Formats: sequence, structure tokens, C-alpha cells
Amino acid sequence: MAEQPAFDVPELKPYPVIPKLVEDTMAHSQPFVAKSDFQEPLGFPGELVDDWQDVAIKKMGELTDRYRSLQVFLDSCVKCGACTDKCHYYLGTTDPKNMPVARQDLFRKVYRRYYTFAGKHMPWLVGAEDLTEEVLDDWYKYFHQCSQCRRCSVYCPYGIDTAEISMAAREVMDSIGKGQKYCNEIIGKVHTIGNNLGLPEPALLDTLEGLEEEIEEDTGVAVKFPLDQKGADILLVTPSADFFAEPHVDGLIGYAKVLHEAGLSWTLSSHASEAANFGMFIGSYENMRKVALRIREAALDLGVKRIVFGECGHAWRVAYSFLNTLAGPFDFLDPQYPVPQHICEVTHGLIQDGKLRLNKSENDDMVLTYHDSCNVARASRMGDIPGGQFEIPRAIIRASCNHFYDMPADTVREATYCCGGGGGLLTDDLIELRVKGALPRMEALQQVVEDHGVTHMAAICAICKSQFAKVLTYYGFQMDQIVSVHQLVSNAIILTGSEQEKEAELSEAA
Amino acid sequence: MPLEVNGKSYETDEEGYLANINEWEPGLADAMAEADGTSLGDNHWEVINFLREYYEEYQIAPAVRVLTKAIGKKLGKDKGNSKYLYELFPYGPAKQACKYAGLPKPTGCV
Repeated sequence: MAEQPAFDVPELKPYPVIPKLVEDTMAHSQPFVAKSDFQEPLGFPGELVDDWQDVAIKKMGELTDRYRSLQVFLDSCVKCGACTDKCHYYLGTTDPKNMPVARQDLFRKVYRRYYTFAGKHMPWLVGAEDLTEEVLDDWYKYFHQCSQCRRCSVYCPYGIDTAEISMAAREVMDSIGKGQKYCNEIIGKVHTIGNNLGLPEPALLDTLEGLEEEIEEDTGVAVKFPLDQKGADILLVTPSADFFAEPHVDGLIGYAKVLHEAGLSWTLSSHASEAANFGMFIGSYENMRKVALRIREAALDLGVKRIVFGECGHAWRVAYSFLNTLAGPFDFLDPQYPVPQHICEVTHGLIQDGKLRLNKSENDDMVLTYHDSCNVARASRMGDIPGGQFEIPRAIIRASCNHFYDMPADTVREATYCCGGGGGLLTDDLIELRVKGALPRMEALQQVVEDHGVTHMAAICAICKSQFAKVLTYYGFQMDQIVSVHQLVSNAIILTGSEQEKEAELSEAA
Repeated sequence: MPLEVNGKSYETDEEGYLANINEWEPGLADAMAEADGTSLGDNHWEVINFLREYYEEYQIAPAVRVLTKAIGKKLGKDKGNSKYLYELFPYGPAKQACKYAGLPKPTGCV
């Protein structure tokens, strides 16, 4: 049951419509500003500094020097308009500042004013503007209405990535003392406790013991969740939401069953009890690196040979794209395996090798579709073939379920829509934005519900799962219609020596 | 925004969570529930009391499966699931119940 919203939930239309622009519909939307307690531990000023304009402009120059891509993105836009209708937040809110080019221009116009010849001398000719309080206000609002999902960049003929501009803008704002509470509080918890939740080791241990009991009750098999086990082969790094929330935990149970059945030696770490890395969302290389180094430290301390990541979208982007330069070299790991590896790659490999027995009919109460998570789809890859990040999760679902249908082609794979809660926006103070931003995905879901009787949508990202569990209800769906991919594996897997194995043997004999 | 209960003022954060968990008293939970247009019965209190006990031991709210299992043991198996908890706390057991219990809001991708 959803609470009574204080805003109009968009209507699901039979086919997607590019809405008419309505200015400032989301001008009231902004997340809570971080207080000094959450700013200072991350190395940012506690509150807005007196000379914030000077500091911000200088920081902007540092960032364009440091990230060549950022400068190219700021210089190369030709205002062709290809991106304008590609953002889920624009489609859901109709606010023109949520068109990717307009969002970029909030940053670009200031860059032009201070860092281009024309902008310095003839600002009125080139749309260059001073960094005023009003502009900063717009930055804070609208760079927290971008989930850094990169859908717009797929359609941009120059490949301009709004996500990177959004990250840079947030980094500039952090550097002058205007950070976002949600992200910065969480990063602080990772630095001190090791995970986004602030789940300390004794609570983690207690939670894992409970899950072991649950699996044994269900299957009769003692599947373990080893914690801090030195000498294990695999370090599993997973989002802490997997320990805490539904349907995430059912995915975690799935990983454990797969690793158990395959006879793999593995462990979780209380030091690196988080796959997520919100340092990326706020564009802070230093914080991203500090978070990533915990994984390296845990891997060295435990003496593992492999690192495997659980179902977390942006964690996989950081892991796949940046981990080696952030926290490498990983020359101490077994070179026979990818560094790092995704749990879907592990499970898919085992299925292909015939090492897992899956009873698809265990999932016959569901008709599935699959939501490609933005960071997995557009910022990483899986396996050793192009597009593996699309094929491997689908192959796992098809191996675990009898009924699977894809959503419309322009809403999946590299064209996938963000869930509406990514990029550090999964917070209650942005609920209106989250609900409206989910509109394109909800319309696509509605279509397969009508056409194929789809009942459930699977995903491999903790943010997507929590976001959908929350926003599905606003659109007339149920919160439990979102499931983990490894939850499907968990339902279908026949563990050696389990009750399910005995049943299967009995029904075969009969 | 401070919360006034029985003539005493309590500091809360932006979202109405109690700033200092040690200041909590049962009247606060009732007042918060009233502000949300609901009232607390024995079953709500089972959850709130368990959250407080767990927090005292572990300095964190219990994971959803830890909570459902504990409630199932106390109130019967049919109530040991998140559906029942959402009936009690429609805004979500992790968030609404934590708020009433004076616990900080769970953070992260939850």
C-alpha cells in the first residue's frame, strides 16, 4: 500500500508520448543538504564557504584539466536535440531542465563564461553566464534530478555523457560545502563501518546465521554464509541491502546456494561488506578510491584468489571499469579468472558446464520480464562476448523459469530506462522525482503485463530493487512484483541431498 | 523540527526521526503515530519493542528476515512475514517502525 502522494502520479498511457514542455514543474524538488557531520569526514567543507563562487570556478577548471572527457563534453555539444526526449525524468516530469542538453547547459554556461575566450569577452553571444546564487540553486536541484544512467549518451551523436557532467557538478558543490545528505551520510558509514547501512560485524553475523537456518529449514541442506574466513578462494562483495531488504536477500540466498552446490570455497568480509560505491555518484575520485580500497584490503587480508560481485548495478560499473586502476594491481589473484567477476558470470558458467540442476517449474507461479540496470547495461560488460551483460542475466532467467518475455525493444538492453532511483537519488526526500522518473519503465512493464501476462520483473541491482518495491505501488502494481535474478535461481536449484532432490527423484520414479 | 510531547520538546532530523535515541519514551511513538493518522495496538508494540531490544544489542535495526522471524516466533507463523508487517506499518516496517521506536532511519539502497 502506498501512502497518499502529495503530487499527481503520471497516468500510464497505452503507448509512450513525448510530453509538452511545462517549465519549472520540478523547480521545488531538491534533496536535503548535508550537514557538517556528513560533509567533513569526506574532506568537504561543513557548510557553504564564504568565497564559494571563486572556489567553485577554480574547482571547475581543475576538473576539466583532470578529466579530458569532461572538457570535450562541455565543448562539443551542437544542440542537435537528439537527447531531448531520452531522459526518463524529462518524460515523467515534463520539466525542460530535465532534458539532458538543458541539464548539461546549466554547467556549460558557467564553464563558457570563465573558461572560453568568447564567453569571457562576449558572454551574451554564446550563452555564457556568471555563477550566481540562482545558478547554484538550479545546479543543486537539477543535478539531483539526473540518475547518471547515460541513456541520453547512447543517442548523442558526439557521445556526450551527461552522467559525467552531473558527477562533476556534484563534486564542485561538495567542494564549496553544498553536498547531498543521502549520499554523503552513506559514504561516511562505509568509511567507518564498512557498508552503506552501517551494519556492524555482530549484526551481520547474526543476520547470516538466521539465513543459514532459513535455508536448512527449507531444503534440509546446511548451506553456509562464511564471514571473514581466511584462506577461502572467493571473496564475495555484495550490496549491504542484500543482507537487509527484500527481495535483495532472496538473491543473496541464491548466490549462497549456487556457490555451495558448485563446491566453491567462498567468504564474505565484514571489512568490505559493501559492493556499492557512492563515491562515483558524487564524482569524488578520492572517496570512490577509499571505498574501493577496502575491497583490496579485505582480499589481501583473507588471502583469496578471486573477487566476485553480487547483484549491484553501479558497483559493477566501478568494479568492471575502474577497480584495477582505483585499487589495483590485483596481481595476487588467480589470473585464470576475470578480475573482478560478476556472480551472474559465475552462475552462468556453472549452468553451461552442467554443474547446476534447475527445476524451472518451481517458478511456474511467475511470468517474468527483465529490467536491464543502467550501469550494467551502458557502463560495463559481462562474459567474453559483446552484449554479454544483456545475454547472461537473460540466460540465467531462462534456465530457471519457463515463462519469460522481454519488454519493448526501445526500453531494454542499451536503450534501457533507469528505474528512477539511481545515481544517489534513492531517498524519500526525492520521492516525487522517483515516482515520475519511473514512468517509462512502468509503461513498458504495463505493456508486457497486458500482452503476455507478465507477473514479475527481475533485476540485478539493489537500487533498482528498492526503487521498484517502493514505486510499483504508485502505478497500481504490487511491491513484491520485483524479484532478484538469483532469487529465481534459488527457487529452482536442486541442492544435492535436499528435500527437493528427494521429491524430484520420487516424481521421476513415479 | 522539534516534536512536542507531554510538555517536553524532542529534537528530530529533517524527516522526523528522533535525534537522540536515549531520549525516547513510549509517548513519543504514540505521538508520531497520531501525527500519521493512526494509533498503536499491542501488535505494533511487539514490533517496536523488538526493534529497540535489537538496536540496543547491535546498534542497527534488524534486517527484514531477522524481524519477520522474531515476530513469527512471538505472534505465530502466519504473522512472520513482511506482508503482515506492511499491514501494521504501511510506510514500511524498516522506516516507519524504526521512526516510532526512536531509531535512526536505515540508510543505503533500502
